[in-house]
Amino acid sequence: MKHKVATTINGRRNEHEVEPRLLLVHYIRDVAGLTGTHIGCDTSQCGACTILVDGKAVKSCTMFAVQAEGKNLTTIEGMAQDGQLHPLQQAFWDEHGLQCGYCTPGFIMAAAYLLSQNPNPTDDEIRQGLEGNLCRCTGYVNIIKSVRSAAATMGGAAAKPATKTTAGRS
Amino acid sequence: MAITTMIGAKIHRREDPRLVSGEGHYVDDFTRQGTVSLFVVRSPFAHARIKSIDITQATKAPGVVAIYTHKDFAKVLSGIMPVTPSFVAEKKHNPPRFPIADKEVVYQSEPVAVVLAETKYQAADAGNLIEVDYEQLPAVMDLEKALEPKSPHVHSGSADNLGWDLTYIPDDAAVMKEADVVLKQRILQQRLAPTSMETRGVLAEYARGDGTMTVWMSSQSPHFARLFLAGAMGIPETRVRVISPDVGGGFGSKISPYSEDWLVPAAAKLSGRPVKWIETRTESLQTTTHGRGMIFDLEAGAKKDGTLVFLKVTQYMDIGGYMGTFSAFQANSCLLAGGSYNWKHISARTVGVLTNRVPTDPYRGAGRPEATHLCERMIDLLADELKMDPVALRRKNFITDFPHTSHFGLVYDSGAYEKALDKALEIAGYEKLRREQEEGRKHGRYIGIGLSSWIEICGFGPSAGTAPATGGIALVESAQVRVFPTGSVAVYVGTHSHGQGHDTTFPQIVADTLGVPYDMIEMRHGDTAEGPAFGYGTYGSRSLAVGGMAVHKASKKVVAKATKLAAHIFEAAEEDIVFDQGQFYVKGSPDKRKALGEIAFASFGMNLPEGMEQSLEAVAYYDPSNFVFPFGTHVAIVEVDAETGDVDLKRYIAVDDCGNIINPLIVDGQVQGGVAQGIAQALYEEVVYDEESGQLRTGTLTDYLVPTANEFPMFELDHTVTPTPTNELGVKGIGEAGTIAASAAVINAICDALAPFGIKHVDMPASPDRLWKLISNARGMSHDGKEARK
Repeated sequence: MKHKVATTINGRRNEHEVEPRLLLVHYIRDVAGLTGTHIGCDTSQCGACTILVDGKAVKSCTMFAVQAEGKNLTTIEGMAQDGQLHPLQQAFWDEHGLQCGYCTPGFIMAAAYLLSQNPNPTDDEIRQGLEGNLCRCTGYVNIIKSVRSAAATMGGAAAKPATKTTAGRS
Repeated sequence: MAITTMIGAKIHRREDPRLVSGEGHYVDDFTRQGTVSLFVVRSPFAHARIKSIDITQATKAPGVVAIYTHKDFAKVLSGIMPVTPSFVAEKKHNPPRFPIADKEVVYQSEPVAVVLAETKYQAADAGNLIEVDYEQLPAVMDLEKALEPKSPHVHSGSADNLGWDLTYIPDDAAVMKEADVVLKQRILQQRLAPTSMETRGVLAEYARGDGTMTVWMSSQSPHFARLFLAGAMGIPETRVRVISPDVGGGFGSKISPYSEDWLVPAAAKLSGRPVKWIETRTESLQTTTHGRGMIFDLEAGAKKDGTLVFLKVTQYMDIGGYMGTFSAFQANSCLLAGGSYNWKHISARTVGVLTNRVPTDPYRGAGRPEATHLCERMIDLLADELKMDPVALRRKNFITDFPHTSHFGLVYDSGAYEKALDKALEIAGYEKLRREQEEGRKHGRYIGIGLSSWIEICGFGPSAGTAPATGGIALVESAQVRVFPTGSVAVYVGTHSHGQGHDTTFPQIVADTLGVPYDMIEMRHGDTAEGPAFGYGTYGSRSLAVGGMAVHKASKKVVAKATKLAAHIFEAAEEDIVFDQGQFYVKGSPDKRKALGEIAFASFGMNLPEGMEQSLEAVAYYDPSNFVFPFGTHVAIVEVDAETGDVDLKRYIAVDDCGNIINPLIVDGQVQGGVAQGIAQALYEEVVYDEESGQLRTGTLTDYLVPTANEFPMFELDHTVTPTPTNELGVKGIGEAGTIAASAAVINAICDALAPFGIKHVDMPASPDRLWKLISNARGMSHDGKEARK
């Protein structure tokens, strides 16, 4: 038994028939073909699969694809605009906020939501805002610096994800 | 050739733009037409006999393509999984391990059957329909119990559970008598799960037409994976290609071959379909090799004036159900136990014990964190006994003359241990901290200051030392440098970068050596179809000191050939050619010059010196003359809440010396991540098995406590620079330094904080529960707070 699901991902409309039990993260990766969203655990601890659902950070392993019906999704592939990295992406690069890079898309998406809610967070607020994401490489030091730096670059403006289509691989 | 524009520069990583954009390519991001998913049916028991396997229902399940068990794999896989000598040449009991169980399982999650299905959901569904009839056998989970004569045997039918028992250096009774103060301590090293954020994964495609096997694998050492796989499958190495693309962390857990590394390619060959298996997190915690898992029984003696006399080390290592490929590598804890100090005598014995747990193998630091921890704890315990400041005891006994030959014959290359200590104390404000501590205690605040003056051995390694340890292959490193006609340069290396930033660091070395712009250099690794015949992989903080030197050596070969060609073009003697900043000219005529790119173009032409072949390209294998021995001092400052046992890590200072630094940005990143993993061991992480049922109790990240951003302060980092004479770049290693140093600094700080309670030692993880019991016990409160080992 398959269900139709229609979503907008990074500004592009998607329609597929899926099993009701298909997790949203598997839908994004295996059906929509956007592999920048990663899977690091089975229990919603690691946050590697974090995306924005109607602007809110969501661990995409905690939703079924069918629950995303009619939603506007943003993945890491939708953050850069017109070939320009999003200030968060640029800051993670500048501040060496990543090493193996596996957790990075999830951190950037969680940080995007954090800055949309709190454009000038303190270090402790950044820590708390990112406590749902695990990184095994950096000790978080440079991740905190990256988010701090992006907040400064953005001048306190809320982090807005792309709303139009960017070069994806769907 | 004094070109140093790039070496030492803080260059931002060139791999990052794609990784921050979701354009990285990890194994699960690849797919091949017609790929099926593989699900592994695993033993739910720690020890059992397999009586029968019924696949009838599973075969009928939707989407199922094939189900394979031991008898199927025995047709396409031969031999047993490799175990190297490492630091214990002779093993007493090394149970043969086939990648899938036949009649007996010896740890929970050992593979029993695999299902191939069209989707991963279908594969898992069908896997749950396979009925395995087990007869449970007695399991032994505890290494001390496993050594008892009446213990159940990990493998039925074996004589005992002793993997190895090797005394490196016996006691010297006469020296031991010289000590005025002697103390004994047992120190536990809990099992840890490496927990790279990307789990393991394998995708394999077998082309029946030409008999080639292509494998995408999350690995730190793809060439070794190719070697082992080719041997197991009877396919020539030339027809096996292993690609380790972007790898989401390894920390030592992706060096050795695993069951699935063989089962997935074998299933691809059996089924004729491309096969993918991606480990779930629970599978990862259950089946990926664990680290540590040791007990140390220690005895140390000193004279009244603080002169260290002897250290006696007995290491008991929980091997698990089978020996890991490099399990005996961790015996290096014995060889490094003396740390950065002069001891008149060190005696050491390692005992490897089989248990019904998943095998242990290297995890970040692999033996050296344990060595540092035991040594730095014993130094603090001696300081306490001698009523000396721990700083003073360290100063008094530091090794100061280099090269220094250790009791075990290792030659410490270079060091300035006191300099690093001084710098760390200055940053920490040590004297002021001691005053704050004293003041705090008057008000019931328990502040602790912990030191860790660590050293380690890395840069594996010289052929004479490593070929016997691997069973034949010397852990040298290879690089190939190719200059194209336009002057752009491709570099292929045998190391593998999975977060260490080689794509940036190595081109920095090439740019300086060849004098070509950094952006013209392309760096490639992780594909056995490219580059030199063999690569040795990344582990043991070896990549720069060995691999970086191979890159440097190959680049120099290119310069040497280009110099010959330049001499020919300039019609000058070779010794009159000057090479400076990427330009060749004849001595005294710097106006008439040719860039390396121009020489490269000419190298593809017809005007070459007699006997010279076209092109500028070179392969180099670098065999270091010695290991390298980085060092440093870390300081942890904690405050313990005596009412709850909670530890507040207030500050963490790390002064490290890894010789010359190629890229300070990357070096600091390595230290930060390493320190975090060491702190994680000290305070949070522990693999726990149920002693009765043999079940892993920490099978998810809710139970296994990987720290979040909330758990760490901003680390305060600095460096001293003491180049090694071992290699031309003067570089050591830094990948494991933080982890090697950190657990001892934190635990020393906690013990220092709890000194007013008379608490001398705390084992890891120093959880609130454990500390609360110790404190309550010390206060004479009623509870069951004995310090029991899990």
